[in-house]
Amino acid sequence: MNYFEYKMHEIIDLLEKKEVSAKEVTASIYQRIEDKDPDVQAYLTLNKDKALQKAMEIDEKRAKNEAVGKLAGIPMALKDNMSTMDLLTTCSSEMLYNYLPPYDATVVKKLNDADAVLLGKLNMDEFAMGSSTETSAFKKTRNPFNLDYVPGGSSGGSAAAVAADEAFFTLGSDTGGSIRQPAAYCGVVGMKPTYGAISRYGLIAFASSLDQIGPFTKDVTDCALVMNAITGHDGNDSTSANVEYPDYTKALVNDVKGLRIGIPKEYFGEGVSQGVRDNINDAIKKLEELGAEVGECSMPNTDYAMPAYYIIATAECSSNLSRYDGVRYGLRSEENSLMEMFCKTRNKGFGSEVKSRIMLGTYALSAGYYDAYYLKALKVRNLVKKDFDQAFKQFDLLLTPTAPGTSFKFGEISDPISMYLLDVCTIPVNLAGLPGMSIPYGTSEGMPVGLQLIGKPFDESTLLRVAYTLEKNTDKTILKAGFKGGAE
Amino acid sequence: MNYEVVIGLEVHVELKTNTKIFCSCPNEFGMAPNTNVCPRCLGLPGTLPVLNEKALEYAVLAGLALNCDIAEFSKFDRKNYFYPDLTKAYQISQFDLPVCEHGYLDIETDGKSKRVGVTRIHLEEDAGKLVHEGDTISLSNASLVDYNRAGVPLIEIVSEPDMRSADEARAYLEKLKAYIEYTGVSDVKMEQGSLRCDANVSIRPFGQEEFGTRAEVKNLNSFKAVQKAIEYEVERQIELIEDGGRVVQETRTWDDNQGMTFSLRGKEEANDYRYFPDPDLTPLIISKDYVEALRNTLPELPDVKKERIINDFGLQEYDAGVITSSRGLALFFDKTVELYNEPKKVCNWLMVEFCRLLNTESTEIEDSLVSPENLAQLLRLVEEGAISGKIAKTVFEDMFHTGKDPESIVKEKGLVQISDEGALDSIIDQVIAQNPKSVEDFKSGKKQAIGFLVGQIMKETKGQANPGLVNKMLTEKMS
Ligand SMILES: [Zn+2]
Repeated sequence: MNYFEYKMHEIIDLLEKKEVSAKEVTASIYQRIEDKDPDVQAYLTLNKDKALQKAMEIDEKRAKNEAVGKLAGIPMALKDNMSTMDLLTTCSSEMLYNYLPPYDATVVKKLNDADAVLLGKLNMDEFAMGSSTETSAFKKTRNPFNLDYVPGGSSGGSAAAVAADEAFFTLGSDTGGSIRQPAAYCGVVGMKPTYGAISRYGLIAFASSLDQIGPFTKDVTDCALVMNAITGHDGNDSTSANVEYPDYTKALVNDVKGLRIGIPKEYFGEGVSQGVRDNINDAIKKLEELGAEVGECSMPNTDYAMPAYYIIATAECSSNLSRYDGVRYGLRSEENSLMEMFCKTRNKGFGSEVKSRIMLGTYALSAGYYDAYYLKALKVRNLVKKDFDQAFKQFDLLLTPTAPGTSFKFGEISDPISMYLLDVCTIPVNLAGLPGMSIPYGTSEGMPVGLQLIGKPFDESTLLRVAYTLEKNTDKTILKAGFKGGAE
Repeated sequence: MNYEVVIGLEVHVELKTNTKIFCSCPNEFGMAPNTNVCPRCLGLPGTLPVLNEKALEYAVLAGLALNCDIAEFSKFDRKNYFYPDLTKAYQISQFDLPVCEHGYLDIETDGKSKRVGVTRIHLEEDAGKLVHEGDTISLSNASLVDYNRAGVPLIEIVSEPDMRSADEARAYLEKLKAYIEYTGVSDVKMEQGSLRCDANVSIRPFGQEEFGTRAEVKNLNSFKAVQKAIEYEVERQIELIEDGGRVVQETRTWDDNQGMTFSLRGKEEANDYRYFPDPDLTPLIISKDYVEALRNTLPELPDVKKERIINDFGLQEYDAGVITSSRGLALFFDKTVELYNEPKKVCNWLMVEFCRLLNTESTEIEDSLVSPENLAQLLRLVEEGAISGKIAKTVFEDMFHTGKDPESIVKEKGLVQISDEGALDSIIDQVIAQNPKSVEDFKSGKKQAIGFLVGQIMKETKGQANPGLVNKMLTEKMS
């Protein structure tokens, strides 16, 4: 049986009815990985022995009618920046080519408690810096819709694995769009929850005030189920929010009547391709038909979000990545002096995108520039937040494209500014710490288009409700990867 | 020319919390290298700091003791620099919004009182320790790092440049130590590194308002070192200027053996620490209620205590100063006086006998085997005439070394004073018989001759005879 084709919630049903065993499902996924990953290249590390072991343990528990977790027996995989005990965690960087964490990230613990089965670790842009997964030091992940195209980034491996049915769900991290943009490019559902909703403990930091973990799934129901398993307050993360977390499956309601949806005009500028524009407009029309109240709004500071983001994110990353100095773990360049060891280790260990961001951030924090750059960026960040506050006085949620265009061919975008512009629709959401979700909505020239929903803090439920309603009322949200191209 | 000396001190104090500041490793010392560590204090990728609230509480207590304002809003910042003992390549510290500001301490030198400003107190984490093969990191072939100390909570107490002599600096540091010690938030032991001091020293011609260029002197491991290093540094700077040179702003290290400071230039690079708010920690909102609740738990502080024991017990200013200079001594005094209400006697014993033994054995009063109960008992034995003052000193030494109570020592060693006329009668008769010349002298009017006879009797009784009684009986028998 081709279990890999199923949605996660369908597999959960089959497992609960004991129509299939966790071992069979897991083996089926590994078979799929064996078949497809040579093309897709989503995985960096496989955890096959332990995964099958875990699956068998769950089957035994079920056979004895013992209690099992909510995601029992579901094979899933993680972006390689989440710490997994005794399993390589490299951030797709030479710097951590051999790094085995001695502890599990909080999300890893939570998934383990839910009895999910960890298949392996997924490729990403080096230290999550990039928008195409091309900055990975180890491999290029390809877009399952067309193997000549990038999967987006930085969580490209996580998006591609779900799109290629190489996992029922995956986790990624999103600092400026790193879940939503690859979800859009690969035609899957991606959620970046509110900052603080999912513990960052064990997530290897890029920019601490912006990073947030979230799921990639095949549909909206699966997204809600995974959210239930991974959200929650965590005493190990001081920025984790101590609030009531809802049952997200309660939001799976086929009804948007009376919901007020704002369309911020700044997100539909010149850079947005016609194909994306047409699909998003179609979605807006559909929602209006279904009874939502749609209105235009303005977020005047949107243009400044990008430069502010690149100062804040690089400043934080310059500090976060300082610890990779060759002293304690990871790569070390053996040299004759301490200073040489520091410099050569970092020179060899980091790729050029990471280096340029460290340099930018170091510059922004330097004496004499701090006020002009970092402090000013913080002020802009506040203005961006205020734009959202203002909009949410009028609307229950906002709807935008996830990215201005669809996926592109490898090497097609090489200058950094054009690459940074791919995240123009997603970055403001991180600056404001809000929940943002990308769902597939149609295609343009054969490649998926992503629709972004932005909500009030901790109101992921409304996003899920709108996404679910679209899923139930159109055939544009469930896309099937065709594995085109790839002839070398 | 005459120069005025300007000194400011930066003091690091290790807080005595149960666990480290941002993880749950025990805050303990003396373990094998790199065994008291966890992913968090090792700064492993993905780990995050979680503030130990006790550390904040202790910083606030220290601030209240030093008369500081406690910030309602404070935050942690990252101080970025590369060094192998720093696990994250940044130290979590506080930059522009420390927990405490605007405090002071009153010090006394040569009978003159002076107020020294405390600019700020901020919380931070300690780094690990480097062990070099050679003398310095640049001269050694290999270095080892022990991260056990990484993450130990510290407060840095920065003074205003208010001190004008090495004596004042030392007085400030001693006062600071006493105040912090009283709050109980730290052991404040310089020798063990729980109190560390750097001195900023500069000179300027008298009358000049502008400060001179300062040198920062490090590696001051005792009060004596602080004083000597400052004295040396002042001399060095005066000589330099008199010879037409100028002082450079630099870090210097004190060499205790050579009695000199040396420039650390070359090793120290001009550092831009690129401070910015630590995004992993939320700002500290410190409520007035929280501060007031802590203020109420503050013990009586040295200056107040000193006033009280002068007023209540009539102790001399100097004696009261010594007694209150350490929390242990003051507590011991209080407890003993509670049990034996002769404050002056208690004070004398503490200052003379007890302090002498503590010094010669280099023991802290907290670790001493003598309890206030036992000292009170000893003093009572003297008062009751059970033992003489001289015997009491012997008994006290025994108490100090064995921890036994004085009554058992007196009993075991048969040191009870002989105050029984019957028991002394024959001994006195014997001494009179053996020393006819002294008896003659006495009878012929040389009253001081009795001293020799008393001495002989004391010798016969191994010092246990009650000297008053012996005197009385001798006089009676010889007249
Ligand atoms: Zn620790």
